Amino acid sequence: MIHVNTKVNGDDAEFLCDTRETLLDVLRERLNLTGVKEGCGTGDCGACSVTMDGRLVCSCLVLAAEAEGKEIGTVEGIANGEDLHPLQQKFIEYAALQCGICTPGILVATKALLEKNPDPTETEVRYWLAGNLCRCTGYDKIIRAVIDTAADMREAS
Amino acid sequence: MDYHTPSTINEAINLAANAPGSTRFLAGGTDVLVQLRADIFTPDTLIDVKHINGVHDITQNRDGSWRIGIAVTGAEMSEHPSLSEAWPGVVEAMDLVGSTQIQGRATLTGNLCNGSPAADSVPAMIAAGMTATITGPDGSRELAIENIPTGPGKTCLAKGEMITSLTIPARGRHGGDAYLRFIPRTEMDIAVVGVAVNLQLDGDEISQARVALGAVAPTALLVPEAANAIIGTTLDEAALEALANAASAACKPIDDKRGTIKFRTHVAGVLAKRVARLAYTRAKG
Repeated sequence: MIHVNTKVNGDDAEFLCDTRETLLDVLRERLNLTGVKEGCGTGDCGACSVTMDGRLVCSCLVLAAEAEGKEIGTVEGIANGEDLHPLQQKFIEYAALQCGICTPGILVATKALLEKNPDPTETEVRYWLAGNLCRCTGYDKIIRAVIDTAADMREAS
Repeated sequence: MDYHTPSTINEAINLAANAPGSTRFLAGGTDVLVQLRADIFTPDTLIDVKHINGVHDITQNRDGSWRIGIAVTGAEMSEHPSLSEAWPGVVEAMDLVGSTQIQGRATLTGNLCNGSPAADSVPAMIAAGMTATITGPDGSRELAIENIPTGPGKTCLAKGEMITSLTIPARGRHGGDAYLRFIPRTEMDIAVVGVAVNLQLDGDEISQARVALGAVAPTALLVPEAANAIIGTTLDEAALEALANAASAACKPIDDKRGTIKFRTHVAGVLAKRVARLAYTRAKG
């Protein structure tokens, strides 16, 4: 077993893990952060998206041991207490989800997008989200919610 | 599986050379972890190279050439303003690999060492004339990228050897490179055919060129006949036709669910023309 010290959503976290365990396994099974979803487990679907030192990654393709000394961000860290993040509010308003399995990954991914590019075009949003599969919505509501959130956030800043 | 995080090249090589059983190097993990999770391959010893000094750096040398650290991600390459300007083909080819999430982790060295004949970055690296420094227990050697893959999933690296850096030549004046691939959708797919062209102009005339093909043979191919078809020309219609014929003639593809032999052979020629035009336009500036 390996002892890992990391930071998750701003809080120090430590855990013991097997070398073969992924960051996804540890977030869900050991740290009880079940907002991170397992879809394909091969880096194709994006349901397990998290940020690692600010960089968007698939947590199924990161070994838990690699999290040593890193800062991890999951969907659980997006809202500020009871106050939802503007993206979360807008996803509800636009009904940009149906079954919800892909939603945590898409929220983490689009938050990372808006931090990098506060004014993305529709094409940029679609390409950014090419690795986040949603089998329910047909994507349009998601894309519109993201573009509208970006406009609101630009106005607010 | 043992997991190691060596802080020097020597430490990594010693681990790889002396570990009993199978070993793998870990950079971005976008292939290694897929194989691990699918129980396709679990090494006895996994050596994470990301803690070695300098592996995350993109540096331009005094002579204008570039050194790309072995853990530099696709995202870091795309975000580097002067690298994209000098070698857009290499950067765009790497950027075609996977999604935003994959780009946050995947590396050029990993794409090369995974040994896929369809790896997007490999034809672009070959066309660019890139080299790899390979270090092992007996010292270092420098190899052209086209000499590293030896077949699907295989490279010429011996046990204990690792790639320790990649070098892109100086761009020089009036040069341009490009890479395009054919996939049946717009994003997130594996190349059915990939073509890279790198050329240098003297006035309107092509003075030097390198053409490389991906996904049409057991390894990515450097095709000197295709380059010779356009060297000394202004990329006129006759030169483009000769280029397409030479590219198609070099193909030794397989039939599979992504494309037939006939289709791949034809598309290699069509793409070669498009890519050469793009590289030529870039070289004109």
